[in-house]
Amino acid sequence: MTTTPTIRVQHEDFDLQTEIDLLSKGKAGIGAVVTFSGLCRDEGGTLAALELEHYPGMAEAEMTRIGELAITRFGLLGLTAIHRYGKIAPGGNIVLVVAAAPHRQAAFDGANFVMDFLKTAAPFWKKEHGTDGSAGDWVAAKDADDAARDKWK
Amino acid sequence: MTRLVYFAWVRERIGKGEEEIDLPSSVVTVADLLNHLKTLGEEYEAALQYPEVIRVALNMEHVEHDEPIAGAREIGIFPPMTGG
Repeated sequence: MTTTPTIRVQHEDFDLQTEIDLLSKGKAGIGAVVTFSGLCRDEGGTLAALELEHYPGMAEAEMTRIGELAITRFGLLGLTAIHRYGKIAPGGNIVLVVAAAPHRQAAFDGANFVMDFLKTAAPFWKKEHGTDGSAGDWVAAKDADDAARDKWK
Repeated sequence: MTRLVYFAWVRERIGKGEEEIDLPSSVVTVADLLNHLKTLGEEYEAALQYPEVIRVALNMEHVEHDEPIAGAREIGIFPPMTGG
């Protein structure tokens, strides 16, 4: 049976255990599940919220493409990727990747691969809102993220 | 008419999220498009001042700046992505 990724772009929060259960239900070949969740930091108390903007349609399409690549490359038995948009306060969830495989290395690598490509190819942008009331800067892209992606080539 | 959509600080500097415009026939590639948009006003000039950092998607797929835009129904123009 072909594995297809579960991809969601939503404002609503998500629940890690619920997503793990949904992914692994009825798949007895799974021996390893790796989850990565990315949260909003408070940046030393200066950040009131991050505002996540996305390109509707393209965000889902890119995440699906990345998910399908990961399933093929690492032989995953299940993959879920969820990315939130809108304003998110410190401590809140931003992104979730759940990768399931027969063995742990493929699950770790699959989740890592999805995050490295998601950060550099999925059309999302972060704007900082400060605790001083300022609508601050857009977060700048990091060269380190491109380098992390390029190690998979 | 070609539909253009803008995101993040490109959207803020241009002052709108989307528009439909007629492109002159001299606009062949993505690079031509960015150069053409810069002639449309100060807000476009401010948004596209450093075209080398601007990312472009044709029909929701990433493309390089030397890609021809012929046939694109929707062109997305935005800064480097910072999700995750």
